[in-house]
Amino acid sequence: METFLQQLINGIVQGSMYALVALGYTMVYGIMGLINFAHGEVVMIGTMVAITVLGLLAALGVPMGLAAVLALLAAMLACMGLGWSLERIAYRPLRNAPRLTPLITAIGMSIILQNLAMMIWSRNYLSFPPIIEKVSYEVAGAHFSNVQVLIVVLAALSMAGLLLLIYRTRLGMAMRATSQNLPVARLMGVNVNRVIAAAFIIGSAMGALAGFMVGAYYEIAHYQMGFMLGLKAFTAAVLGGIGNLGGAMLGGLLLGIIEALGAGYIGDLTGGFLGSHYQDIFAFVVLIGVLMFRPSGLFGEKTGERA
Amino acid sequence: MLEVTGLRVAYGGIHAVKSITFHINEGEMVALIGANGAGKTSTLKAIARVLDAAGGDVHFAGEDITRLPAHEVLGRGIALVPEGRGVFPRLTVAENLMMGAYIRHDRAEIARDMEQVYDHFPRLREREGQLAGTLSGGEQQMLAIGRALMGRPKLLLLDEPSMGLAPLMVQKIFAVIQAVAAQGMTILLVEQNARLALEVSQRAYVMESGGISHTGNSAELLTDARVRAAYLGE
Repeated sequence: METFLQQLINGIVQGSMYALVALGYTMVYGIMGLINFAHGEVVMIGTMVAITVLGLLAALGVPMGLAAVLALLAAMLACMGLGWSLERIAYRPLRNAPRLTPLITAIGMSIILQNLAMMIWSRNYLSFPPIIEKVSYEVAGAHFSNVQVLIVVLAALSMAGLLLLIYRTRLGMAMRATSQNLPVARLMGVNVNRVIAAAFIIGSAMGALAGFMVGAYYEIAHYQMGFMLGLKAFTAAVLGGIGNLGGAMLGGLLLGIIEALGAGYIGDLTGGFLGSHYQDIFAFVVLIGVLMFRPSGLFGEKTGERA
Repeated sequence: MLEVTGLRVAYGGIHAVKSITFHINEGEMVALIGANGAGKTSTLKAIARVLDAAGGDVHFAGEDITRLPAHEVLGRGIALVPEGRGVFPRLTVAENLMMGAYIRHDRAEIARDMEQVYDHFPRLREREGQLAGTLSGGEQQMLAIGRALMGRPKLLLLDEPSMGLAPLMVQKIFAVIQAVAAQGMTILLVEQNARLALEVSQRAYVMESGGISHTGNSAELLTDARVRAAYLGE
């Protein structure tokens, strides 16, 4: 029971971060049917920019709290610019190309961004400076920290903000309309290029927030970290039903919990044969399972043959 | 008001429209009739800029709109009610209507126009908060027309408004189309139901394999032997 509660807490924290990243995948997919495989790298670059800015500000003697806020803003701005550029440079010219072309381009962009990050930030592990004094709490034998609480609260707030944007604003209505029928949205006077750019920019901003959280949580970063994180978040988006915002949120949370519980019990389940470092198995078992038995995900509408 | 000159539309190597010329005067209802695949829908789509013209030009209110970006067409005063309605299935009825007024910012007037659409189609008022995808085909057609009206167009392009609808529903929808026309709206109506189209319009163009084969007053075309034989099943 202790393990269960502990892993549930860890899963919710991890899942909140997956959810933020998954939203970036699902928003872009919902509007243009593209799986932006470079999104994980956008998140990684968010972490890297945050580390650099935190280092610079610390050297200037800026107090940590303020430095953290500024570093987060810098990471978000950098990622928004990056997401916008990706769409503008890599995907927009391929708007009318066969579906496989932008997909492969996305994988190419992912490799380019990884290598770029390697050149800028080296191939070493970088440490993410602790931004707040860690305080631990204990409830019923399970431990959690103020960092974890902050992650979950910030993730929840930003997701609530996103839902407000999508369901209560003119831009949000245009985004929903475009995702449901792009040519007709254009007839209504919607500048579809702007809506698509907005999806990339908003998704990248959420990705940057996630990147900052991942850095602050694990206190470490690496130029390849976006790959696995991106795959997991993609899995979360598929689990929730790709293209569906609420699905991405719940899918992320669920995947985090499944993974954490899996990691907590895998030793017992296999008689000690597999350890908790095999936790990645669970995400991909989930992915394969969803694709086999419910390809439209938990909350997805019917999906076509879209690649 | 609308001048189409030598318009050609091609896609996938097929010449759907082969150099057609026609015009619509302000306040007129003009029908474009013809068999399936004659190029009627392609013509409408080219005017609304959903399809690119391969040649020729389209002038509206004196302006050349042949190369205008699609999202600026409504702002010039042209609204297309697409074939198959094209409602946003997971937006509510009210949200669909709001999308029709997307380019407008005059909130009070938008609210008034919405009331007017609801007066035209009381059924939509009853279903205001319902997702458009759950409406019947006829209700979706009402919504698509209402949504187009929300943009306050000067020219309304209607693509097959009767398609797939029960006769009673067709009657209801055409009653509204005629009421809108009576208020002074200029309308270009594409219909496979030639008799109906000729009955409600003043003038008509008959399209045949990408070109215009006949033109004239609708009342005269209704009695034209060739038209009767080819399109009215007599």
